Amino acid sequence: MASFFSTSAARNMFYGGTLFSVLLFLGVTLHTESVLPQRDQRAQIVANPAIAAGKRIWEENNCIGCHTLLGEGAYFAPELGNVYKRRGPEFIKAWIQSQPTGAPGRRQMPQFHLSERQLDDLVEFLRYVSEIDTAGWPPNIEG
Amino acid sequence: MKYASQAVAKPYFVAALTLFVAQILFGLIMGLQYVIGDFLFPHIPFNVARMVHTNALIVWLLMGFMGAAYYLVPEEAERELHSPRLALVTFWIFLVAAGLTVIGYLAVPYATLAKLTGNELLPTMGREFLEQPTITKIGIVLVALSLLYNLSLTYLNGRKTAITSVLLFGLWGLALMFLFAFVNPINVVRDKFYWWWVVHLWVEGVWELVLGAILAFVLVKITGVDREVIDKWLYVIVTLTLVSGLIGTGHHYYWIGLPEYWQWLGSLFSALEPLPFFAMVLFAFNMVNRRRRDHPNRAATLWALGTSVMAFLGAGVWGFLHTLAPVNYYTHGTQLTASHGHMAFYGAYVMVVLTILSYAWPQLHGRTAQGNRSQVLEMWGFWLMTVSMVFITLFLTAAGLLQVWLQRMGDTPQPFMAAQEKIALFYWLREGTGVVFLVGLLTYLASFFIGVKGSPAYGEAARS
Repeated sequence: MASFFSTSAARNMFYGGTLFSVLLFLGVTLHTESVLPQRDQRAQIVANPAIAAGKRIWEENNCIGCHTLLGEGAYFAPELGNVYKRRGPEFIKAWIQSQPTGAPGRRQMPQFHLSERQLDDLVEFLRYVSEIDTAGWPPNIEG
Repeated sequence: MKYASQAVAKPYFVAALTLFVAQILFGLIMGLQYVIGDFLFPHIPFNVARMVHTNALIVWLLMGFMGAAYYLVPEEAERELHSPRLALVTFWIFLVAAGLTVIGYLAVPYATLAKLTGNELLPTMGREFLEQPTITKIGIVLVALSLLYNLSLTYLNGRKTAITSVLLFGLWGLALMFLFAFVNPINVVRDKFYWWWVVHLWVEGVWELVLGAILAFVLVKITGVDREVIDKWLYVIVTLTLVSGLIGTGHHYYWIGLPEYWQWLGSLFSALEPLPFFAMVLFAFNMVNRRRRDHPNRAATLWALGTSVMAFLGAGVWGFLHTLAPVNYYTHGTQLTASHGHMAFYGAYVMVVLTILSYAWPQLHGRTAQGNRSQVLEMWGFWLMTVSMVFITLFLTAAGLLQVWLQRMGDTPQPFMAAQEKIALFYWLREGTGVVFLVGLLTYLASFFIGVKGSPAYGEAARS
C-alpha cells in the first residue's frame, strides 16, 4: 500500500469506522425497540401466561434441534412458526402424543411425555408465534 | 518457540483436534439420519447429534483460538505469559465443563438435563447453538475472563503490535457479545433479535478479527514481509469486517417480526460482507508472493493461502448467494443456509485454527517445521478435507435449490417431508463426501505421528 497511507491512519480508520458502525447499529436498535410493540404481539404475552409456559416447554425439549421457528433452527423437520395455521391445535397435540411413529427408515420424533396442560401451553405458544408480523414470510403455508 | 510459557498452547491444540474428531463423527451420524431417519433412534435422536456436532465445533474452535492466543501473544509482546499456571487451570476447567456438557446431552433427555441444571432459575437453554446448560454458560464466561485477564496483562506490559491489538479487541468482543446468551425474553421477536448478537456478531464480527490477527501473525512468520505492510492490510481487513458486518446483522432480521427497513439495511450492508474476505485473499497471496524467505513449513503456507480462499468462497460468495432480501425470502431456513454454514465455518475458522496449529506445532516441539513425510501427509489431509468440503457444499446447495423449488416456488407447493424425500439423492452424496472428509481428517492426524523428525525437503531452517 502507498506510503501516504500510514499504519496509524489505518488504525484510526479501524477504530473510527467501528465506533461509527456500533453507534449506528445501536441507534437503529433503539428505533426498532420503539416500534416493535406494533408487530410482536407482546400484549398477548402479558394477558396469557400459557405462552411463557409454552416457550419453556419449547426450549426445554430442544424443539429447535430438528425444526425451524420463523426459519431459524435445524432443517431436519418442518417449519413450526406457522404450524398452528397449517395444522390447527388438535392436530398438533395428537401428533406430539403419537410419536414416535416407528415407521421403518422414516425420520423419528421422540416421545416427550407432555401432560395435557403442557400440550395446551405449547399450542398457545405456537399460536402466538403464528400471529407475529413476519413481513409475509413464509412464501406459502408449507413453510 | 521463543518463550517457555507459549507451551500452554499445546493442551488447547490437542483438545481442539480431539473435539474436531467428535464433531465429524456426529456429523456423519446426522448426515445418515437425513436419509435413514431412524438410524440410532431413540438412543441418539437427531437433535442430540446436532447439539454435539455444533457445540463440539464451537468449543474446539474456541480452544483453537485460545491456544493461538496463548502462543502468539507472548511472542508478539516479547515477554512471558502473565500466568502460565492460570492458563493451564483454565484449560482443564474448560475441558471438563465441555466434557460434562456433552455427556449430559448424550446420557439423559434434554428436558432432564434442563431440570438437573436448574434451567428454570435463569432459563437460557433450548436455543440453537446456545443449548448449553446455564451453568456451562457461566463457566464459559469465567474461562473467557481468565483468558482475557491473562492475555491483557501480558499485552499491556509488553510490546503492543497491530496483531495483538486486533486479536485482543476480537477476544474482548467475543466475551462481551456472549453475555447476550443470558438474554432470553419470552417475546420471541426480541429473543431472536438479541440471539443474533451472539451468533452473528461472533462469526461475522469479532471472530473475523481473531481470524485476521492469526492469519497476519502466521504470514509475518512464514514470509518475513515487513510488519508495517502486514499491519496496514490487517487494519483495512478488520475495518471492512465491522463496517459491513455490524449493520449486516440485518440480513437475519428480514422475517422474524422486525420492521421492514431491516430488509434494506441488511441487504445493503451484508452485500459488502464478501469484501473483507476478498481483501484477505489478496493479502495472503500478496504476502506470500513478496516473501523474503522460503520457510521450510510449506504446509503452514498452504493452510494460510487455503483459509483465505475458502473463507472468501464459503463466507463471502456462498453468503452473498442468499443474503439479499428478495432471494432470502425463498431460501431462508433451507439447505442453502446449511451449505453456506458448512463452507464458511470450515474455510474461515477450521482452516485458520489448522493454519496456526501447522505453524506453531513444530515450533512448540523445538523444530522449524515437520519433516518432509509429515508435511506431505498434512497436505494430503488439507486437500482431502478441503475438496470434500467443496463437494459437501455443492451437494447441499443442490438440495437447497430443489427444496426451494419443490416447497416454495413451484405451482403446487409440497409439504416439507414430501420435498425432503425427493432430494434424498443429494443427501446420500453429501454423506459419501463426508466419509471422504473423515479420511482426510485421519490423514491429517497421521501427520502428527509419521515422519515428523525428518528434515524438511527444502528451505532455510537455519535462518527462520
